[in-house]
Amino acid sequence: MKHLLLGDEAIAQGAIDAGLSGVYAYPGTPSTEITEYIQGFVKATGDPSAISCRWATNEKTAMEAALGMSYMGKRALVCMKHVGMNVCADAFMNAAITGVNGGLIVVAADDPSMHSSQNEQDSRFYAKFAMIPCLEPSNQQEAYDMMQYGFALSERLKTPILLRVTTRMAHSRAVVETTDKSQPQNTMSTPADVNHFILLPAFAKRNYAELVAAQSSFLEESDRAGYNRYVRGTKPEKAIVTTGIGYNYLMENYDASMGCSILKITQYPLPKALIDKMVADGAKEILVIEEGQPVVEEMLRGMIPSDIAIHGRLTGTLPRMGELSPDCLRPALGLNALPTKEKETIVVGRPPALCQGCGHRDMYAALNEVAREYPNPRIFGDIGCYTLGALSPFHAIHACVEMGASVTMAKGAADAGQHPAIAVIGDSTFTHSGMTGLLDCVNANANVVVLISDNLTTGMTGGQDSAGTGRLEQICYGVGVPQEHVRVVVPLPKNMEEIKQVLREEIDYPGTSVVIARRECIQTLKRHLKAAKK
Amino acid sequence: MKKDIILAGVGGQGILSIATVIGEAALQEGLYLKQAEVHGMSQRGGDVQSNLRLSSEPIMSDLIAKGGADLIISLEPMEALRYTEYLKPDGWIVSSCIPFLNIPNYPELEEVLARIKAHKNHVLLDVESLAKEAGAPAQAANMVLLGAAIPMLGIDHDKMVAGVARVFARKGEQIVNSNLAAVEAGYAFSIR
Repeated sequence: MKHLLLGDEAIAQGAIDAGLSGVYAYPGTPSTEITEYIQGFVKATGDPSAISCRWATNEKTAMEAALGMSYMGKRALVCMKHVGMNVCADAFMNAAITGVNGGLIVVAADDPSMHSSQNEQDSRFYAKFAMIPCLEPSNQQEAYDMMQYGFALSERLKTPILLRVTTRMAHSRAVVETTDKSQPQNTMSTPADVNHFILLPAFAKRNYAELVAAQSSFLEESDRAGYNRYVRGTKPEKAIVTTGIGYNYLMENYDASMGCSILKITQYPLPKALIDKMVADGAKEILVIEEGQPVVEEMLRGMIPSDIAIHGRLTGTLPRMGELSPDCLRPALGLNALPTKEKETIVVGRPPALCQGCGHRDMYAALNEVAREYPNPRIFGDIGCYTLGALSPFHAIHACVEMGASVTMAKGAADAGQHPAIAVIGDSTFTHSGMTGLLDCVNANANVVVLISDNLTTGMTGGQDSAGTGRLEQICYGVGVPQEHVRVVVPLPKNMEEIKQVLREEIDYPGTSVVIARRECIQTLKRHLKAAKK
Repeated sequence: MKKDIILAGVGGQGILSIATVIGEAALQEGLYLKQAEVHGMSQRGGDVQSNLRLSSEPIMSDLIAKGGADLIISLEPMEALRYTEYLKPDGWIVSSCIPFLNIPNYPELEEVLARIKAHKNHVLLDVESLAKEAGAPAQAANMVLLGAAIPMLGIDHDKMVAGVARVFARKGEQIVNSNLAAVEAGYAFSIR
């Protein structure tokens, strides 16, 4: 069957057709649509238990649950954006040591150029760090096919597999040919050797030795799998190494008369035999085209004779930062830029903004007025739609780093003597990584106000379920915030005076307090009203 | 046949529905297609664009190169100008002339429209009024724009219209008909 699918959807359909039993994920651009697609599939089957697919509280709980599914012999998928890898790194790194029972694929969706992210870290480093194979599809069809291949590879090699995509792969549609017949799910089974999953030093040392020894078989797979392809050119002294979607940008511009040898990489570790062949064919100059950080460019230096020149992002042949494009490759290939029209100087920026009628707006309006009553307020923001409070017209926050940092940075600032120290965090981000920091605040009775802007959803990524909906007060009580200092307000213009008064009182209270500003996201509200009408 | 199209607008205006209809018609034609979209943060009232590539040959890059676009289809005049460096020297701009004012420093509208008119190949139209005149709701303004772009798409008018009917079929006959009326209004304006 042929379908027009986003890269993310191709991954999801590929996993379903490969007999997936569970997908575990926290929403994050550009990975969100993988899990949403599987949830839609499950809903359509009418059997909510067909595939386990509830959103996880964060990427670490997702990774651990997937490892548990794999432990029981079934196929599991974990999906996240690149920075989610940092959150699940403990579980991820140690899953490489335990190995797997049922197939386990971790999808990391990187965001070079930071379309919707705070950095452009390259997840391929994590695969190398954990010493496990990594797949990097170059198109939507490969992404689909690689799920079946990847699960089988994971089970054969007894290792988790990292599948890395980037924004333009995740969020681009193309026609994908899918199978008519999905593979059945694995039946339940426990690991043959349970000690593999008990990482006491004695067992972990043995496991690690096995992982080190397995590197040669990982390499062998890379060399012979067929996803890595080497084609000798007519002028093999010039060679090009491409990875993932870099191959597409090359072929968009490539002309057979260039005669270069081309090594297309979609599976790691780097295929040493193919690289040796490229060198033996007489490569004297190698251009490395890779989306993301110069991972291959650096690794190649240790694998080939030092008199072979390597060009890429490190040498300035390609831009050091940001995603690749079909035009940024042209100078590196000795091509002139295409004739084009001039850029129009009249055009001004149109930054994203909070929706009209959004509760975060009323929350910031009140907070800004109260904050102005103090000589040096510091407001620590967090990751979500409300990060836009940094921009015009609010200019309300003074920091935003990573999920949950608002709470703990406010605590650190309070420890340093800052008052008022205020954290602004969304409900989903609070349960993702904020509530553990709140416990630190309570234990130190830190003089902070944690303002949870609760819109009852994970808004930024399109309105997914939020893990703590309906239970935020209980969570705060349970963590130890005194009940009288967990206050709830409704962020609406008519409540402005009340909200300001509550904020003043809690700022002036010398200890840890929580103010919950609760009103449903207007995007999900619209959707709910529309659904109710039907 | 090969057409590289940049769809532009402001988050929430409905450029992706235009892409969906063109995509539907292209697939029926047996064409290859790639369509890169923007999700996430930039959707919140910010500028959005989508790269849509159609070809009778396999397509490699998901993105269009600067100087590679045959056509910019924009639901907002300043947003049309944002991508002119992607346009071929003889490329077309098909744009709504109605500004979307959600920023304090929007340039003088007359100047924006003059910059579009300075491009030899352009169609500038009031998609909202044309939708209204055709008896279609304001939400169908994007289909007026699509209709105006049909002559530059390289896909037959009748096949595009059939694509519109298929995409909206599940929403009922009334919605299909108002969208078809919107497409025809845009098409008539464009070939006039």
